[in-house]
Amino acid sequence: METLEKVDSAFAGTSVEACYQCGKCTGGCPVAGLMDLMPNQLVRLVQLGRLEKAMASTAIWHCVSCQTCTTRCPQSVDCAGILDVLRQMSAEQGKAAPELRRVLVFQKAFLDNIRRNGRLNEVELIGFFKTLAFLKDFNIPLLMKDTLLAPQLMQRGKLHVIGEKVRDRAVVRRIFDRCTKPGKGA
Amino acid sequence: MARIGVFICWCGENIARTVDIEKATAEVAKIPGVRCAINYKYMCSDPGQAMVREKIQREKLQGVVVASCSPHMHLKTFRAAAKTAGLNPYLVEMANVREHCSWVHHDKEKATEKAIGLIRMTVGKVLRNRALDPIKVPLTKRALVIGGGVAGIQAALDIADAGCEVVLVEREPSIGGKMAGLSETFPTLDCSQCILTPRMVETGQHPNIKLYSYSEIESVEGFVGNFKVTIRKKARYIDIDKCTGCGECWTKCPSKKTPSEFDYGLANRTAIYMPFPQAVPARPVIDKDACIKFKTGKCGLCLKRCQAGAINFEDEDKLITEEVGAIVTAAGYQLYDIGKDQPNAKLSGYGEYGYGEYADVITSLQFERLSSASGPTSGEIKRPSDGETPKKVVFVSCVGSRDNAKGISYCSKICCMYTAKHTMLYKHKVHDGEAHVFYMDIRAGGKNYEEFVRRAIEQDGAIYHRGRVSKITRENGKLIVRGADTLVGEPVTIEADMVVLAAAMRPAVGVLELAQKLKLGYDEFGFLSESHPKLRPVETNTAGIYICGACQAPKDIPRPWRRRRRRRAKCW
Amino acid sequence: MEFGYYPGCALHGSSNDYEKSIRACMKVLNAGLKELDDWICCGATAAHSLNHKLSTALPARNLAIAERDGVGSVLAPCPMCSMELIKAGRALRESEQMRRQMSEIVELKVEGKTDVINLIQVFERIGIETIKSAVKNPLADLKPACYYGCLLTRPAKVVQFDDCERPRSMELILEALGAAPVSWNYATECCGAGLTMANEATVLELANKILKNAAGSGANCIVVACPMCHVNLDMKQSAVERRYDTAHGLPIYYLSDVVGLALGLNKKELAIDKHFVCARAQVKR
Repeated sequence: METLEKVDSAFAGTSVEACYQCGKCTGGCPVAGLMDLMPNQLVRLVQLGRLEKAMASTAIWHCVSCQTCTTRCPQSVDCAGILDVLRQMSAEQGKAAPELRRVLVFQKAFLDNIRRNGRLNEVELIGFFKTLAFLKDFNIPLLMKDTLLAPQLMQRGKLHVIGEKVRDRAVVRRIFDRCTKPGKGA
Repeated sequence: MARIGVFICWCGENIARTVDIEKATAEVAKIPGVRCAINYKYMCSDPGQAMVREKIQREKLQGVVVASCSPHMHLKTFRAAAKTAGLNPYLVEMANVREHCSWVHHDKEKATEKAIGLIRMTVGKVLRNRALDPIKVPLTKRALVIGGGVAGIQAALDIADAGCEVVLVEREPSIGGKMAGLSETFPTLDCSQCILTPRMVETGQHPNIKLYSYSEIESVEGFVGNFKVTIRKKARYIDIDKCTGCGECWTKCPSKKTPSEFDYGLANRTAIYMPFPQAVPARPVIDKDACIKFKTGKCGLCLKRCQAGAINFEDEDKLITEEVGAIVTAAGYQLYDIGKDQPNAKLSGYGEYGYGEYADVITSLQFERLSSASGPTSGEIKRPSDGETPKKVVFVSCVGSRDNAKGISYCSKICCMYTAKHTMLYKHKVHDGEAHVFYMDIRAGGKNYEEFVRRAIEQDGAIYHRGRVSKITRENGKLIVRGADTLVGEPVTIEADMVVLAAAMRPAVGVLELAQKLKLGYDEFGFLSESHPKLRPVETNTAGIYICGACQAPKDIPRPWRRRRRRRAKCW
Repeated sequence: MEFGYYPGCALHGSSNDYEKSIRACMKVLNAGLKELDDWICCGATAAHSLNHKLSTALPARNLAIAERDGVGSVLAPCPMCSMELIKAGRALRESEQMRRQMSEIVELKVEGKTDVINLIQVFERIGIETIKSAVKNPLADLKPACYYGCLLTRPAKVVQFDDCERPRSMELILEALGAAPVSWNYATECCGAGLTMANEATVLELANKILKNAAGSGANCIVVACPMCHVNLDMKQSAVERRYDTAHGLPIYYLSDVVGLALGLNKKELAIDKHFVCARAQVKR
């Protein structure tokens, strides 16, 4: 279990202490029905410092970051922001729920793509993500999904095999390095 | 050399926690003119006062400084103590080292320094004080009561029964207030009308009560015992002395499309109208904005029909002056506006609940009218959109209340109870209906209150979901209520036929303007401030002006009823 | 009138139809778009989910570019980008320490003073009356459901645009074009946004609810101002129909598409022919 002090600093600015468990976040969440823990329960776990359970939930990876919870909260708790912190912690500590690890894999692939190109190369990302996901759990349906769309996208001029790259890619990499390596540039 | 005594109070820990009492005592003892300086844990208590008296006599003190709380709290106490010890009470002053020092600081060293400074200044003041002798001023033994709701009616009757004249001013055309529109009341389920209407009649007929209905306070001058109050008697366009209340005018009025204030828009009324059949005075009023005669010059049907010649289209506002000795403010409350439009920038509405957009999303006061025998459906539960009997009703608690993001942090106190009551009234009338309640906590403190809520759940089968509602939409004729039940840890969706929102209580419209006229304090939400919540709960900081009812804080009906005794005792 | 322009990855990728449509409209309305030089990705959901600092730094770099080049107002047609840029701008304006730290990280001085706006605001600034007077082809047959999705209005305290529960700004523009927007329930519900790839089932379920409610409310199309909403409702519509065994057949237009149509542009000029669901008969020109 984390110490409360550590909890406090990571969740600073989210007003997590103000939550009085009304459940309005859960009531408005478009994906609450898919979650193993409800948004209000995740906030409660954070209040109690029981981060392990929250980090291992599938709920944090089901979240679509639609900000409805944060917007409607009567106590102005940044519930979506709390889930961001939980996802980051879960990823860093390798606690992501296996059932939804593909969401994490996708987001990691996304960031990796940006790091290299400065902008998103969709074809590269999709290919990379699918290969990773396939290698991880032999997800053949996922591998095949959307492949049928490719010709249609191509036909509509929406698929760019050679994606855009920014000119100054070195600076992008330096920004990533400064944000990922603790202490540097911070 | 002057002989001043300084008495420093610890106030338990309230002052001692932040101010070094011993150091302060030693320091103030050195102030020129200070004869003695002592401290004690509770200076206002009997042993504390005895110390003051004893020192006055033994040290032959010529002045006293009590360093403790606000003079609002205990100046009278210590002046009385000094008087019994033979010192002129006006030679006693207080240094406020609690509210002005210990409560607002953390740094003990600096707070101690400040406390010493405050005491030093007060010693300087006492050194210049002179003995004073009070004089007697005649006072007007009449009271003004502002507001003719249940709190104001009861205040007026109590004072009048005690033999004093009362001037009762009500802004609406009839007295009765919000309670007149309620159906049955918790926790006994007895009819609101049966409790209130006899008192309204009594108020209207009482020889000691002078009733100004449809009137407002224009200005207040003077001071305790001798107030001069100017009352604006709004143009009613009816001579209430000539009128017999026969009803010929309003039954014939062709302008019939104005939403009724009494029914909260669930029914329409005419332009000349009686607010409700049991109104006191039982006289109509003309709504100038709706009246065809005023708008086009044509019509005047009521004038033709009136046998008594009571209609007067030339009527104008009149200003009347009354002299009173005490004022009781019972200005009452209003419901928080749930929809988009808000009276000020501090508040915001619930766009997510669709109130104002969906006819079957109604307020709790509208539900009172729907379930009242005097209401537009004669007490049958029929939903506003199509008059059908709703088979599934969702009641939502805390709409506005306890919602910081919408601008109201307080609990409105009565909603848990009346919501339980609403589920009962509904289930008693619609036996096969389902009553769902969304709540955060059930606050049922009060005699027979908790039992009442349990009855709603256990006997009448109300289904309580612990959680707030997030959104209400309409699909295929149903209201889709999306909320949560945090006890099962699931989102809940209910397809309802009608939704009742328990809107927060706010101070009545115009309370701020009234407070400014009366020079009364109010809190951040506009509720009027009492002098002290425990010691002086019905007094204000303006001598001679008292408050009661829901203009002070959200209250249920029994509460002002109980408090009236205090108020009556205080007026004279 | 000229606006700075931050297309974001989507508009330079699979949502290039959105860019084409915006550019075509701006040309007719005599509004210039000055694309930020060598802009980089805002980081989107991936950054704010996995690396909080990065989710400020990536947008901050773009704000720094705008500041360096003296661009005051920047159009970010993708609400995800615009929300991330606005959020970073706020964080920068609020704290001196943040400004120092970010200026160091992104290697350009940044204060967060750039005014980031969405496409609706661009039309508002050009002037609804101006647009109205330029209408050549009133959209009388169009009964759109205006779909705002999540991030145009949320989080309300950050983006501070329109009413987050009952927005009306798109409706006002569409009414000016002669269309009759319908009243419906899912205007601000989420479509699943960036989870299209990683969690398709969720997206299909949310998209189905949105399409169903729009059709049920009498809409004959949906108007969006977000590339992700467009992907989920347009490209995924056939997948939704297969999965839920329905036939919605609702064309999904970008806001700029309908403005452009009213201004007399044709389907091709607005790249409406690139959409997956066929445009309705009334815009078949």
